[in-house]
Amino acid sequence: MMRLYVEGIGLLGPGLDGWSASRDVLAGTTPYVAAPTSLRASDMLPAAERRRAGVPIKLALAVGQEAFLQAGRDTKTTSTVFTSSGGDNDNVHAINGILATAPREVSPTRFHNSVHNAAAGYWCIAAGTHEPSTSLCAYDASFAAGLLESATQVTVDDATVVLIAYDHPYPEPLNAVRPIAAAFGMALILTPRKTEKSLATIEVDIVSGNGQETAMRDAGLEALRSGVPAARGLPLLAALARGEAAQLCIAYLDDNHLDIRIAPC
Amino acid sequence: MLESYTTNIINIVNDGHSNLQPLVISRYTLANSLGLGSAATLEALRTRRSGLTPCVFEDVDLETYIAKVEALDAVRMRPDLSAYDCRNNRLAQLCLEQDGFLAATEAARQKYGAARIGVFMGTSTSGILQTELAYRHLDPQSGALPADFHYAETQNSYSLAGFVAHYLGLTGPSFVVSSACSSSAKVFANAVRMMAVGVCDAAVVGGVDSLCLSTLYGFNSLGLVSRSPCRPYDAERDGISIGEGAGFVLLERATAATSPEAMLLLGVGESSDAHHMSTPHPEGLGAIMAMQRALSAAGLQAHDIDYINLHGTATKSNDASEGKAVADVFGNKVACSSTKGWTGHLLGAAGISEAIIAMLAVEHGFIPGSVNTNRLDPAIVIDYRIENGTGEIKRVLSNSFGFGGSNCSLVLGKKS
Repeated sequence: MMRLYVEGIGLLGPGLDGWSASRDVLAGTTPYVAAPTSLRASDMLPAAERRRAGVPIKLALAVGQEAFLQAGRDTKTTSTVFTSSGGDNDNVHAINGILATAPREVSPTRFHNSVHNAAAGYWCIAAGTHEPSTSLCAYDASFAAGLLESATQVTVDDATVVLIAYDHPYPEPLNAVRPIAAAFGMALILTPRKTEKSLATIEVDIVSGNGQETAMRDAGLEALRSGVPAARGLPLLAALARGEAAQLCIAYLDDNHLDIRIAPC
Repeated sequence: MLESYTTNIINIVNDGHSNLQPLVISRYTLANSLGLGSAATLEALRTRRSGLTPCVFEDVDLETYIAKVEALDAVRMRPDLSAYDCRNNRLAQLCLEQDGFLAATEAARQKYGAARIGVFMGTSTSGILQTELAYRHLDPQSGALPADFHYAETQNSYSLAGFVAHYLGLTGPSFVVSSACSSSAKVFANAVRMMAVGVCDAAVVGGVDSLCLSTLYGFNSLGLVSRSPCRPYDAERDGISIGEGAGFVLLERATAATSPEAMLLLGVGESSDAHHMSTPHPEGLGAIMAMQRALSAAGLQAHDIDYINLHGTATKSNDASEGKAVADVFGNKVACSSTKGWTGHLLGAAGISEAIIAMLAVEHGFIPGSVNTNRLDPAIVIDYRIENGTGEIKRVLSNSFGFGGSNCSLVLGKKS
């Protein structure tokens, strides 16, 4: 069992404009109203980088920044784990189009933004951190993989880690073969010890076999959870919003799942 | 008070510690343009036979050299995994079949159980070539992708780890690390943590990257591709040569029965540059941190290292930055070389492939030099070797640095 403490939370999704603004919706005390994700480039970035930022960079920096502001923690001393099923999907689509016909002129910015760790690279520059950064993908299980990796870093390396998960839709024709419901990001700052800012304790285990996945109570939020790999973490945010002890199941791979217990601090 | 949950719990231990418990390298294998299996790579290194050839790949019209695995066209995927058919997974399958790797992982599966072995893979572009080719055959009416296009099993970054886990029959924790050219070095760190926390008892780590148009035209747009075979650390170096390759390592915990001569993973160090997306920190700040952290995790000093396999991409900026960093940490007393003149830059597979080359140096008392390098850059003051050498090599360091400023150094070798 790995035990972590949540110190900061960030969220950006359709009708979920920040963790603070969405708490009551996730707690079930205010109805969820879907609306397009309010994407904006982070003021953490210099102007030149801000112009080059695609959707994943906007998502990652927005949720990361919200979590750090809440925790009042220095971004320079925090390790990072980024996880996404895709990457910059608009950019990947554009590059495939460019490469399909001559002349194959891929711009330098398009190319370096196409790497899976582009959001991590921009974050490290904006945050000024030299701490380790890991960029993961596990298809639909990308959130679970990110949480598991973060938990091992907190536990084994005694590190403070920010987990940043994000995904957004592909344009057609890739959307038809890999539909992703919306642009969504979430962040959790996780510490190895309880601090005066700790919001909750999380215990994480990987367990063999398929579990009964914890669903969202609201149908709209459940559609978001099941329609976006990064949003598989929503039940965790809902439990944090309710401020109650809870036990959750998040599916991982074919033959295992994560068992998660949450208790408010 | 949280209720303890005991049913079917896989992980047990949390023994938080700072130094790395060395892991045993039980088996390794690699495949690249030098040949299939580790003996082929060793032989090519010894005879100074480079795998770089003028670029003939699909309809690419760039004047450059590539390091290609010719055997890939003939590979047939295992029938139950035919949906995974793409250049990257063909290379993965071909590599898994070398060096007795399948037998070794099967023995580990019998010993620990499939659920107790993790699969952590690095790749930068996975099966993107499949998508590049599919975009040439979109339905003229609907714009749809061809019906036989399998996104999850080819283009998606996780495709590689999914394929390897299925091919080996492993069901433990698994993911892909995709941080450009550091990807398959960083997977060693993931395995270390997963095993330390008790989530698994063994791990298959590795990496595969294969030729595609995205990287050839992408690196070309950045002005980073050489028209000649790449010349690492040469005063006249002018860019990379792109290659394709695969490598895998089986990691287990050391026990009382472990031979004192066993090959070990002694240390891993990770850092971020926080400088630029596609240019390394000019003073090698992130590289210095990664190397120092790897030495610290291994409980070793700079003089304990006998050979450094450099990242050495042969771009102006990488070699200058890495050279400064190595000089800062090691001075000019440790033999160094980049083997990319042989293999080309294997991108997401560079970390694992060069870790294996570094282990071959230990096993065979062999120091690879540097092919294509003619005149060393006088501004870089390290013991860079052009000619091959021999000698007792006990411990080696391997550097991998990627786009986005993602750095990872590994220390491998014998304990005593």
